[in-house]
Amino acid sequence: MPDAALLQNSAPPRHSAFVRVTHWITTLCFFALLVTGIEIVISHPRFYWGETGNNLTRPLFQIPIPASRNLVPTGYGYVLPDQNGWSRYLHFQAAWALVFTGLIYFIWGLWTGHFRSNLFPAPDDRNWRAFLGVLAKHIRLTRPDESEAFSYNVLQRATYLIVIFVLFPLVILTGLALSPGFNSAVPAVVNGLGGRQSARTLHFFLTGFLVAFLIVHVGMVIWAGFGCRVRAMITGIATVPEERI
Amino acid sequence: MSKISRRKFVTTGLVAAAGASGLAAAVGLAHRYGLVPPDSGGIYGPGETLTYAAQRLLTTHSLAREFPRSMISKTPFANELAPFKDAFKAHQANGFADWRLSVDGMVARPASLSLSDLKSFPVRSQITEVVCEEGWSYVAEWIGTPLHEVLRSCGILPQARYIVYYSIEPDWWESIDIADALHPQTLLTLGMNDGDLPVGFGGPLRLRVPRQLGYKSVKFITRITATDSLKGFGKGLGSASPEAGYAWYAGI
Repeated sequence: MPDAALLQNSAPPRHSAFVRVTHWITTLCFFALLVTGIEIVISHPRFYWGETGNNLTRPLFQIPIPASRNLVPTGYGYVLPDQNGWSRYLHFQAAWALVFTGLIYFIWGLWTGHFRSNLFPAPDDRNWRAFLGVLAKHIRLTRPDESEAFSYNVLQRATYLIVIFVLFPLVILTGLALSPGFNSAVPAVVNGLGGRQSARTLHFFLTGFLVAFLIVHVGMVIWAGFGCRVRAMITGIATVPEERI
Repeated sequence: MSKISRRKFVTTGLVAAAGASGLAAAVGLAHRYGLVPPDSGGIYGPGETLTYAAQRLLTTHSLAREFPRSMISKTPFANELAPFKDAFKAHQANGFADWRLSVDGMVARPASLSLSDLKSFPVRSQITEVVCEEGWSYVAEWIGTPLHEVLRSCGILPQARYIVYYSIEPDWWESIDIADALHPQTLLTLGMNDGDLPVGFGGPLRLRVPRQLGYKSVKFITRITATDSLKGFGKGLGSASPEAGYAWYAGI
């Protein structure tokens, strides 16, 4: 296919180099934050609402897992090893990397029109009919067609916008509201979230939403053709699975 | 590579060089203005330095949230303690009558203060939250002498940059920078919720640092030392916490 190869080389990449690099840095940071976050939760797998909560307080809910601390009433007869030291160091280092990556991505996205042209729904798609049409296709489990290898559909765009502009900012904000230093400087954030323990519980649920997104996202990538889609996000070259041409 | 033009190559190189020298200048400034924590040596050093520097620039004078009396926790939680050693048990048997706090290092007038000496300073109370790194918390009223009153009365020297403080229990020591040491809410705590400070909560004497996590508020304090460098203390990482794998700065 010499012609196709030529076309691929001269065509603009499916994802710009900037998107590809920030995507994988974010992926790396997210996994570091997730693993260390789980480790930190294991030291106290109880969640509360309001300002305060501890082992002597009735929890809002408790995750039925053993804990890495002796005095947490888990019902298990053993205690897991404490992993909080390195987990906390890595959690905050990854958070810094994520925030810087996100800030640069945000400025770049506004500057280049990436949000407007690639993520904000296309003019023809800014209606419920287009949205429901794509939704119906997903419900009928129709595999994405060839055009979707080169552009996001409206459901995808809406999801990415929610993840980028709602879930990530909120998970960062609720995380900051757990910092006693930040709370002394900007008490309005933690107070506005309903108190420190509410912020912690929200941080946990927002993480849950992000993990749910991750699972669906990877599931859809596999459904659309894992090799082609991942190659496009690594090399920038979009292809369509051969069996569908 | 052939697709990358010479102009793009040169521009990228210039941006990278500017970034690298900007970073080097920032690191230099951070060292000069004391924005680098003592445990910044390892692989987590960049994150720790960013956190500490950002919070020092943002929070030097900010106050920890104080709460109304109605929000005092009915069930404060006293964290697990290692079994007490004989020295503490002897004081406990004696009702802490001979408990002393020694103040030494970079002070003009080193002192050894009894609990009643400490009560002769202006006594303050505050209703603040204890926040454990594990995630739990409680609010209590804390009564005691602000650390800055004691440091000033002992004539703390202007070159002192850190305060190191020790529990009577072995291998339990911490340090804070001068911004936290002179902060009005950093309290040599003798009382809790209108009574004496219970042993489980650090009685007879605990140093409360309400803008940092609970592990910086060491229980059973017997000694504080003013210093200009943390290099000579323990392994030079600032306190016992980094030696056990936990961050020295716990404002987050």
